[in-house]
Amino acid sequence: MGAGHGHRLHFHGHSPVHRAPAHLKVLALLGFMLVVVATPRQAYALFAVEAAVLLAVIALSRVPLRYLLPRMVVEVPFVVFAALMPFIAHGPRTEVLGMTVSEPGLVAGVALLVKGTIGVLASLTLAATTEPQDLLRGLQRLRAPDLVVQIMGFMIRYLDVVTAELGRMMTALRSRGCDPRSPRHWPVLARSLGALFIRSYERGERVHLAMLSRGYDGRLPQSGEAR
Amino acid sequence: MTAPVLDVQGLAFAYPDGHQALFGVDLHVHRGERVALLGPNGAGKTTLVLHLNGILAAGRGSVTVSGLPVSKEHLKEIRRRVGIVFQDPDDQLFLGTVRQDVAFGPANLGLKGAALDRRVMDALDRVGMADFVDRPPHHLSYGQRRRVAVATVLAMEPEILVLDEPSSNLDPASRRELADILRSLDVTVLMVTHDLPYALELCPRSVVLSEGVVVADRPTFDVLTDDELMAAHRLELPWGFDPRRIDSLPG
Repeated sequence: MGAGHGHRLHFHGHSPVHRAPAHLKVLALLGFMLVVVATPRQAYALFAVEAAVLLAVIALSRVPLRYLLPRMVVEVPFVVFAALMPFIAHGPRTEVLGMTVSEPGLVAGVALLVKGTIGVLASLTLAATTEPQDLLRGLQRLRAPDLVVQIMGFMIRYLDVVTAELGRMMTALRSRGCDPRSPRHWPVLARSLGALFIRSYERGERVHLAMLSRGYDGRLPQSGEAR
Repeated sequence: MTAPVLDVQGLAFAYPDGHQALFGVDLHVHRGERVALLGPNGAGKTTLVLHLNGILAAGRGSVTVSGLPVSKEHLKEIRRRVGIVFQDPDDQLFLGTVRQDVAFGPANLGLKGAALDRRVMDALDRVGMADFVDRPPHHLSYGQRRRVAVATVLAMEPEILVLDEPSSNLDPASRRELADILRSLDVTVLMVTHDLPYALELCPRSVVLSEGVVVADRPTFDVLTDDELMAAHRLELPWGFDPRRIDSLPG
């Protein structure tokens, strides 16, 4: 996914946050997250400051919250876990809204929720303001292992191809009277996911052949140069 | 004639699982020729193609490209000389932008900076895709992707261009545009295809591969009008197409 086209997480813009070099943004996110994770559980004032910093960056990037919030659904499993903690943890009990819950569980749950939310929102901000290609180049500049960067690049490139293939398989299933959402048809769904894996694997081999045919020797040429 | 660009002699190959795909293939392609490689599914066409740039190594026999034998120590030069355009452009275009994809081959050959840029733009110009240089490949139409795939190989300035099913999945207009492009290129072409009218239109000479051996090597018109040969090797013309009723063929 390159210039002039947005990935699903990317929000096109020209703000200072968009223009900042990708490797600096990655470092900033990493540093920010370390601080957030290291913040003591009950330092709510500090959490408020961190959230304010994050919201200021988002405001500066002019990415609307309306765009970011729906994408925060990835956090749901953590939210569920955080919500369960007060009920399953041990320790002294306390009353909240007429329910008896574990006090350490409540503190841990709230802290997890706050840290998780800040983390997800910060990551989404990075994704919304950085083209995937720039992100890869940023990682390259940060001396991330070449192989890891290559794998991420191929993941970005082929995510759409594989998703489209999955979509076509689902359409073909539906056309033959199968409802992939119904548990009754989950065995079929599982088998088609297996088929998708095999197909993707074989495509990987064909891509590799095509790369070898053009002189690939284990290293991608510096993609930044040809800009 | 001078030494052939492509010289395949007595090539035999069996896959590791024991399935033998080629039983002694002889094939010569001379500079500037456009040759069609015809044959039914499973005839060994793809296996043959994968030998031409050393992806598969000959079990017996030899492949020589402009005098250079295909062997381990020459692989890099062989892969520059033999440009293969694979059937599915999504297998060939794997980077973020058209520019990066076309630059991939020449950059592997060691080209850099302005020279690399010139090579990329030149190749894209030849297939009429220069305006799409900064677009991501998967946002192009199928026909455009096929043309970019051809450019990725042209950028390596190969001595022979090998196309696997170039007209498959193209709409008639894209198919015709690709034919115009291929005719305009000043390179030697070996084209693997099931599209017999396309072979007749583009390639004066055809080689028929069947069950791992070459069963005919003649002018395309003669092959397509030899009903006995065609029937014996599962080759069929599309309904209503008769090569005899075409007055003149485009050069």
